[in-house]
Amino acid sequence: MNNQEIIKIIDMHKNYIVGDQKIRALDGINLSVPKGDFVAIMGSSGSGKSTLLNILGCLDLPSSGDYILDGVNVKTLNKNKLADIRNQKLGFVFQSYNLLPRTTALENVELPLLYNRLVSNAERRERAEEALISVGLKDRMKHLSSQMSGGQQQRVAIARSVVSNPVVIFADEATGNLDTRTSYEIMALFQELNNKGMTICFVTHEPDIAAFTKHSIVIQDGRIVEDRSNPNSQNIVDSLAKTTEDKSNH
Amino acid sequence: MKFMNIIKIAIIAITRNKMRSFLTILGIVIGVAAVIAMLAIGYGSNNSIRETISSMGTNLINVRPVSPNSSGVRRSSSATQTLKVKDVTYLQNNSKLIDAISPELDGSGQVVYGSNNWPTRIYSGNEDYLHIKKYEVASGRVFTSKEIKTAAKVCLIGQTIIDNIFGDEDPIGKVIRFEKIPFTVIGTLTEKGDNTFGQDQDDMMLAPYTTVMKRIYRQTYLRAVVLSAKSEDSIDITTAEVTKLLRLSHKLKDSEEDDFEIKTQEELISNFSSVSEMMLVLLGSIAAISLVVGGIGIMNVMYMSVTERTREIGLRMALGGKSRDVLKQFLFEALLLSVLGGIIGILVGILASVIVEHVLGWPVLVTTNSILLSFLFCTFIGVFFGWYPARKASALNPIEALRHE
Repeated sequence: MNNQEIIKIIDMHKNYIVGDQKIRALDGINLSVPKGDFVAIMGSSGSGKSTLLNILGCLDLPSSGDYILDGVNVKTLNKNKLADIRNQKLGFVFQSYNLLPRTTALENVELPLLYNRLVSNAERRERAEEALISVGLKDRMKHLSSQMSGGQQQRVAIARSVVSNPVVIFADEATGNLDTRTSYEIMALFQELNNKGMTICFVTHEPDIAAFTKHSIVIQDGRIVEDRSNPNSQNIVDSLAKTTEDKSNH
Repeated sequence: MKFMNIIKIAIIAITRNKMRSFLTILGIVIGVAAVIAMLAIGYGSNNSIRETISSMGTNLINVRPVSPNSSGVRRSSSATQTLKVKDVTYLQNNSKLIDAISPELDGSGQVVYGSNNWPTRIYSGNEDYLHIKKYEVASGRVFTSKEIKTAAKVCLIGQTIIDNIFGDEDPIGKVIRFEKIPFTVIGTLTEKGDNTFGQDQDDMMLAPYTTVMKRIYRQTYLRAVVLSAKSEDSIDITTAEVTKLLRLSHKLKDSEEDDFEIKTQEELISNFSSVSEMMLVLLGSIAAISLVVGGIGIMNVMYMSVTERTREIGLRMALGGKSRDVLKQFLFEALLLSVLGGIIGILVGILASVIVEHVLGWPVLVTTNSILLSFLFCTFIGVFFGWYPARKASALNPIEALRHE
């Protein structure tokens, strides 16, 4: 079981010093995410979920405690090694998409691979095309990011997150800027990825979105106050059908 | 990150904002073009002065009389009577380094043929004069030593005189008058054209120095002695020898100053060159200042660009870009902008030089050095002014950068 754990967090603390005050953003977190899990991290603003996500995403280091990602203790790594971990083991999807402006979908998806020395030009192009096809944007590869809708832009972002074959994808309020129907479509994409075995950590404050995940944790004041699995997670396809029905009734 | 990828990223970033990139490099384009054009004009005039002086003979050494400063009043060199024909003979007999030597007298006057007349200048020397001054005979012949000895009234004339008083007539054998003295034309001189100073080098007649001395000016002293060294390298030692021999010939004591002055072509060139080189430095520095201003423009835009693209930088770092990758990207963007500006600037500068040459008729010379110099300079500017913004970008914290609005 141990080697199947993608994320293992043991008694993690993160403190900030603001003025003379010590702020405990994370106060003894223990968390285990097995391979193939789809976990929702929930919490109100100020709960510490962004801090947790930054540490999970190897953008920040904990003050104490251990974070073992895919068998590697992140605490021992320097800045450049962390960048390599982010590049090769992690995928990111942001609330505001964060695509490069005036750049085609294909070039946006190629971006992480540009920072990987081991990927040749031809392979980079091929993998980016595959990733875009897998999110259903086969016909929009050469479109500029500004020429696409929010949902399409988020699909490009998802393609970008999977193109480097990461061990886990972190999504930070990935549906926050989208309407309900498009949100469901994006969740469907995440569920599909998860069904193929991808581990996903999804930060959200919307319970109805969290309902589509397998496992959810709730953070409050830097502690995990709830950690439960969600055996009857809703199938997104039903919900999508429902939104279509709602629309036709109106 | 691979170097090729950095280039690719930088090119994408630059082409993403074509108008702004163009305006950014405009400063560099103008700066480099100004440097190229200014240097081309500077070198061009310098070169043409050099050519003019060289065409008079690079081995040429001029000796002119000066009055010693004993009485406190200096008179003009033409009125000084210290150089005599015997000095020429003395040098001829005693010098081991002189290639050829000739006395020189010259003056202006009206030349008349039939009903035509023309104001011109008469030069005179011995049979070696043409060789020393790099003149060539187009038709006819040079005067002989016998004609010099007898002060024969013969002359050679330049093309301008032929055009003005003979027209299509063949001048050889005709008699023309200069200062009321009849001269038989025995030869014509090959055309040389105008020199850089605008002087018509074909507007001249040439006669034996004895004739000019005795028959026209009735004087016993010379205006100058011209001589040529055996080679350009031996000019300095020849000058030294001539100085020594002339002091002996003039029986000057050690305490006395020279009563003559020796000017070589090299000195003449450097006199004129120092003026045009000063202009060159002046023009060059003005152009260089505009290049620096262009560089500051690049820095300004790169700095703005870093602020504007803070999120992009955060994203690149989140996706695995290292600080040094971001540094390289922005540095390379600045470098690419300035090099691009440099290349366009070089082309514009060459074009401007060609236009100046054709429209204004100024001599221009685009040298590889000036191209290389301005190219290196704008590369340096790209790195220098790109460094600070690039450092700023690479020092960003990805978490804060991603949150940047």
